[in-house]
Amino acid sequence: MGKVGIIGVGQSKFVRGFAGSIRELAFEGFKEALVDAKIQTKDIDASIIASAPEYDKQRSSAGVVAEYLGLIPQPTFYIETVCSSSSTALKVAYSMIKAGLHDVVAIVGFQKMSEISSNESQERMGRGADIQWESPFGTMMPAYYAMYAQAHMAKYGTTGEDLAKIRVKAATYGQINDKAVYRKPVTMDMFTDPKSNMSSPVAKPLRVGDCCANADGSSCVIVASEERAKSLCDKPVWILGIGAASETVNMAGRDLFTGLNVGIEAGRQAYKMAGITSKDIDIAEVHDCFTIAEMMAYENLGFAKTGEGKDLIAGKETYKEGSIPVNVDGGLLSKGHPIGATGGSQIRTIVLQLRGEAGEMQVKDPELGLVHNIGGVGLYGNVTIMGR
Amino acid sequence: MAKKEVDDRFKKFGTVSFTAITKTNDFISHLEDGKIMGTKCKECEAVYFPPRSDCFKCLNSNMEWFEVTGTGKLLSFSELQYGPVGFEKDLPYIIAILDYGFHKVFGRISDDIPYDGLKVGMELQTVPNTLSNGQLNYVFKQP
Ligand SMILES: [Zn+2]
Repeated sequence: MGKVGIIGVGQSKFVRGFAGSIRELAFEGFKEALVDAKIQTKDIDASIIASAPEYDKQRSSAGVVAEYLGLIPQPTFYIETVCSSSSTALKVAYSMIKAGLHDVVAIVGFQKMSEISSNESQERMGRGADIQWESPFGTMMPAYYAMYAQAHMAKYGTTGEDLAKIRVKAATYGQINDKAVYRKPVTMDMFTDPKSNMSSPVAKPLRVGDCCANADGSSCVIVASEERAKSLCDKPVWILGIGAASETVNMAGRDLFTGLNVGIEAGRQAYKMAGITSKDIDIAEVHDCFTIAEMMAYENLGFAKTGEGKDLIAGKETYKEGSIPVNVDGGLLSKGHPIGATGGSQIRTIVLQLRGEAGEMQVKDPELGLVHNIGGVGLYGNVTIMGR
Repeated sequence: MAKKEVDDRFKKFGTVSFTAITKTNDFISHLEDGKIMGTKCKECEAVYFPPRSDCFKCLNSNMEWFEVTGTGKLLSFSELQYGPVGFEKDLPYIIAILDYGFHKVFGRISDDIPYDGLKVGMELQTVPNTLSNGQLNYVFKQP
């Protein structure tokens, strides 16, 4: 059975309040991927649409988006695993090609978070957990990740200052990524300055500066069978390892509060499938919806020993020039986190890096790249390893 | 003919309940009686908190209730400065998780313990609580 290659990637600018509908938003990422792949819409023989439906007014958006993109009458369907929807869709597309059912599949992820009012959005956030047993206590996403931060601090001595360093790194690259929603610099001083919004508590111990930027955006990844990838594309990027895992929704069902089991398990699967270890990875995109999430990803993926993530960021090892560059496109923290588009955007960053086309963000000559995309509070996790 | 009674006791759970009907509705009656109860499978003795009406380990639905007693160890906690719609009056409040060894409990810290008075590893107990809007939940208190 042949390999599966990525032949085109695209994403819209990530913005606040996209001035258009969801189908128009999806078009932006799709068009860029199609141009990047130098193929025509008719070359695509199936599509998978990914978003988090609670933000869409449109019911069953796959049909509407596929029609707008001209992907009719090819089969299309919808995949959802919250924030990891589009990397889950990539795994499904990979399986469809491996099974020989399709040759070229487009994964279109999007989210227009401003589609609903902020009040509606606040109401939906209240139902982001186990609605029977946890939501009645008034839970919110930042508070769950804050519990992980609290436990990590208590066990390993990680501090708010350590977490702030991750935000400062993200902003360093957000400033040079013209697709990022947050383009401003962030300094360590802002986290100790009570007048700065960055230091304002959201869910203790996490502050505004620890939380990712909401955004509207779309992404697209076009994958093809080995034969088609070679005939259509000069520089295909191959999917070498693809892992996925799930975890209990309810915190009471979990056994780890200083890391995410789904990240560990999906990583283990992906490394095994690719026949490599964490040391072989030259560049990574990890799911930094909160600073603590990036810290845990360092440890869960083996870039740092458990509890030593703080040393990795202190030594600037995850900067562009470091031993393992992570999120050098600004990450979710600065580039933004349009839920259904995020995984595809992470894949795009790694593909551009492996092709040497990342511009000012380019890392020196990477051969193997990794994408770690988490859905919910460690509810779903996907790790994808790619190479030239 | 009398209208069929709907057992929607679960709508009393928490500041805002998102569930009305569940096979674990007796949890609410136990809470009203001052008891926090989980379930235990009569067939394979698997213990569940929060309670479940079906055992995924042996596929039986033959469950009995057990009471959460004694203290659990505080695994983690967070104080929210912002809440979802319907929770504004409770702010700020602290969510937390306790480890009882054979099961864990997710819930809220009692209002009489300030954020700075909490430390991972401390022992707390779970007690029933009536909220200002008349709803029921349970909170973690100093033993
Ligand atoms: Zn059983």
